[in-house]
Amino acid sequence: MDVYTMTNGCELTIRLRGELDHHAAQETVTAIERALDAALPRRLTLDFGGVTFMDSSGIAVALRSQRRMTALGGGMVLTNVPPQAKKVFDAAGIACGARKT
Amino acid sequence: MKIKPNNYIALEFLSRSANEGFARAAVAAFASQLDPTLDELGDVKTAVSEAVTNAIVHAYPDALGKISLRVGIYDGNVLEIVVRDWGCGITDIDKAREPLYTTGGEERSGMGFTIMESFMDSLTVRSKPERGTVVTMKRRIAQRSGRK
Repeated sequence: MDVYTMTNGCELTIRLRGELDHHAAQETVTAIERALDAALPRRLTLDFGGVTFMDSSGIAVALRSQRRMTALGGGMVLTNVPPQAKKVFDAAGIACGARKT
Repeated sequence: MKIKPNNYIALEFLSRSANEGFARAAVAAFASQLDPTLDELGDVKTAVSEAVTNAIVHAYPDALGKISLRVGIYDGNVLEIVVRDWGCGITDIDKAREPLYTTGGEERSGMGFTIMESFMDSLTVRSKPERGTVVTMKRRIAQRSGRK
């Protein structure tokens, strides 16, 4: 799983690329938390546009990121979520923005 | 009488997390002979990933162990996937199947069984403490016009 970050003022965008499963989850969480600690953003956008596969490990990554943003007093959105990953989020009742076509 | 599959594969691998992707890819490659849609294939891969991850995380929490994966094709385009481990087992299966329940760490969401249930047509879990767990999932791949 590749993690790319882009800061714009108090907004942080994190783009994920690759397969997000249990094998990749821990290093993904670590990379996201490092980026959050460095940027201390008010708003986080987790961009799933490059995620080629996701299981419930992705739910844990998103929930943990959200908790971290809540602790920072900010908010988080999920965007560009591909259909396969969206189905996983839907099963967990987590709202997310589908990939733009 | 046990019904024999029209075709099957049987794999065995160590409970290393690197094998999660291998298991998904192997099942997807085998299932492709049923000509599934991307959506159907995505559902099957997701369910396999959940079952194999459960075995890796929960069956063998402190050591490496053996996981077997058997995939069969039955009449009516039915795919059956059996994931078996010989690990610590599940003491309360009903509790384990509840949404958001997990004994894993923060990297687990407790949604594994819920996703297996909602992405497959059927899910059966058999387990004995200290003996292991067998997860059996079935999914019928739709036959569309124009297919043989």
